[in-house]
Amino acid sequence: MTALDHSGNPLRAKATFLGRMHEWVSTADHKKLGVMYVTTGLLFFLIGGLEATMMRWQLAVPDSSLLSPSDFNRLFTMHGTTMVFLVGMPILLGVANYIIPMQIGARDLAFPRLNAFGFWLFLFGGLLLYFSYFGAQGLYGMGSSPDVGWFAYAPLTERTYSRGHSTDYWILGLLVSSFGSIATGINLITTILTMRCPGMTLMKMPVMVWVMLIDAILIMIAMPPLAAAQVMLLFDRLMGAHFFDVQGGGSAILWQNLFWFFGHPEVYILILPAFAYVSEIIPVFCRKVIFGYPLMVAATVSIGFISLGVWVHHLFALGLSPMVNTIFMGSTMLIAIPTGLKMFNWVGTMIGGKIRFDTPMLFSTGFLALFLIGGLTGVMLSVVPFDWQVSDSYFVVGHFHYVLFGGLVFAIFAAIYYWFPKVTGKMLSETLGKWQFWLLFIGFNLTFGPMHVSGMLGMPRRIYTYHADRGWELWNMLSSIGVLVQIAGVTFFVWNVIQSLRKGKDAGADPWDGWTLEWATTSPPPEYNFEEIPKVYSCRPLWDLKHPEDPDWKYE
Amino acid sequence: MTTLKAQSMTVQAPPEPKSQLLNSGKCGMLCLIVSEIAFFGTLLAVYLFYIGKDPVGTIAPSDVLDVSVAPMKVVFNSIFLLTSSIWITLAVRCLARGNIMGFALWWLLTILFGAEFLVGTGMEWYGLIAVEGLTIRTNLFGSGFFTVVGFHAAHVTIGLFLLSLVFVLTCLGKMHKRHAEKVELLSWYWHFVDGIWIAVFTIVYILGN
Repeated sequence: MTALDHSGNPLRAKATFLGRMHEWVSTADHKKLGVMYVTTGLLFFLIGGLEATMMRWQLAVPDSSLLSPSDFNRLFTMHGTTMVFLVGMPILLGVANYIIPMQIGARDLAFPRLNAFGFWLFLFGGLLLYFSYFGAQGLYGMGSSPDVGWFAYAPLTERTYSRGHSTDYWILGLLVSSFGSIATGINLITTILTMRCPGMTLMKMPVMVWVMLIDAILIMIAMPPLAAAQVMLLFDRLMGAHFFDVQGGGSAILWQNLFWFFGHPEVYILILPAFAYVSEIIPVFCRKVIFGYPLMVAATVSIGFISLGVWVHHLFALGLSPMVNTIFMGSTMLIAIPTGLKMFNWVGTMIGGKIRFDTPMLFSTGFLALFLIGGLTGVMLSVVPFDWQVSDSYFVVGHFHYVLFGGLVFAIFAAIYYWFPKVTGKMLSETLGKWQFWLLFIGFNLTFGPMHVSGMLGMPRRIYTYHADRGWELWNMLSSIGVLVQIAGVTFFVWNVIQSLRKGKDAGADPWDGWTLEWATTSPPPEYNFEEIPKVYSCRPLWDLKHPEDPDWKYE
Repeated sequence: MTTLKAQSMTVQAPPEPKSQLLNSGKCGMLCLIVSEIAFFGTLLAVYLFYIGKDPVGTIAPSDVLDVSVAPMKVVFNSIFLLTSSIWITLAVRCLARGNIMGFALWWLLTILFGAEFLVGTGMEWYGLIAVEGLTIRTNLFGSGFFTVVGFHAAHVTIGLFLLSLVFVLTCLGKMHKRHAEKVELLSWYWHFVDGIWIAVFTIVYILGN
């Protein structure tokens, strides 16, 4: 029996720097891996943000020649790819990694070493993608980073049109990191299905666990088709196969179908975790049980199902038959129903609650407002004639940034403010947090709101510059100014994290008076999470514990 | 309410909760198989999509693959692969009963049958590439054929490697009754490889002609 320090961790001699590095690199602990996932994701977030800043700088004024057209192509490709695969995916996997085992009362994921393997695949996949800036030059001396857009439409990606190795780096980087995601997805499914503590039946799991289960199932089903499509593209490029080579009879439309058969579920893979975080945060900060738990679960499952059958709405402008377009218009509108249901349930939780507007709740409320706008423009885009009008314009760019930035990133910040005390034992500063929220909220709307207008005025996405006579100057200037405000917001966040790690307030085990099991152990938790595996009797085990006179299990 | 000890959770009154969940190895293997099916499903969908899309005059499936005219080599190989699924089931049963000798024998038979299939694929490919002149660059049929059959053969190879590993461990006396569950998981993977072959065979050799 080793001696324990005051927080229950085994007492060790003070580790050397190398010793500590070795501990992190060789770890299979879900908490360490979770922290590494989120930290790397946030670093890539800064890189992707820098790329976006450069593009907005270029677009701020008409006829600007700050960036060359080919540099611009590289920037938007790397920005999109980074944000989806190297920011969204690792952060959602990282938070799930850290929180899910704790919420279900387990000591780790089902396959800890597979988990570590998944993380390193993700990291080296990401590094491989960025190595293209140096490596893709190769012997050809042409092209550096990928420049084919994040969905890499054929036949642009074929050898004839994309010389050098930049597209190969895009394929291989994503292939490696998505293998990691599939591995971790399988790990999460198994953990949730087989490692729940005694008493935690499926319908007593926290909403977050349900949502992440569906999310992991989507990862398991939707990412292998991308891998298959990328492998075929790689065979085209390296071995001369003809899958997407139109001169050899291959089909460019097939790539679009394959990519979006992955791509649209991917959008839900990214947004479902946002639903998960706010479903945990809103009840705690409103002091109410989540409104309509079974409906939340049903809505999550139906979103998972329907999301596999809507991908053709990305191809409306392609000229498919009216019948196909109509069917997918219908399925796209259908998915708005369970999503809307969730909105009502969150608002229903807030109604009559004793709301505390701490930073996590502030970001969750911001999420509700911004995701609502993104969702509504999504319904607009599902209408085929409207989509024809604004397809590939800045309206679409505005739409998906409201969903993925206003939706996902705001929810991620909510989650970071909510769980940071658990992970580090320190509170993040509320003052700096509120500054960050308002700067980010204002900057965000200033950047992406005007994009809807410039899109309606006909500005296509992915152009590197525009003439002064189009009437787009004001809207682009506003968007670019908004970026500066957002940078200020993110700076507050970075400062807050550094400051709080050094001299933040001690958090204690349960700073928010939470109800799920992660708050039942110390902050930061010991390596084994729980001294004794807990037993649960209701959806809110910690409520039962804190209020033995009026426990939840009496009513469930 | 700051420091909550997990022990105090057991003091509750309601009936003691029971915990009877799935086996995590089985669940993980099933998930792996589902994602593999999604992968092969995509390749096969692409193959189906390209059937008959090649220009006339290049090598067509019916020139080189027709099961009814060719010397039935593929059918012969397929029978070997599919029956190996029976042997591996028998092997796992032997191990579960603690019959190590029987396990080793059935297991070896599985490996041999799997290896025969792989050799058969190799000979077929040799014929196609060296004699018929069909490669992955020839046309859409070549691209699809070598990708689909190649990925399947790669999975057979991985399977054979793992099976051989278990066989070596058996010969070293390291396999015992308690390993039956893990070996069963490997047999699930092997069944999957066989099952996918049925789909590949149907699409490539029958529908494709």
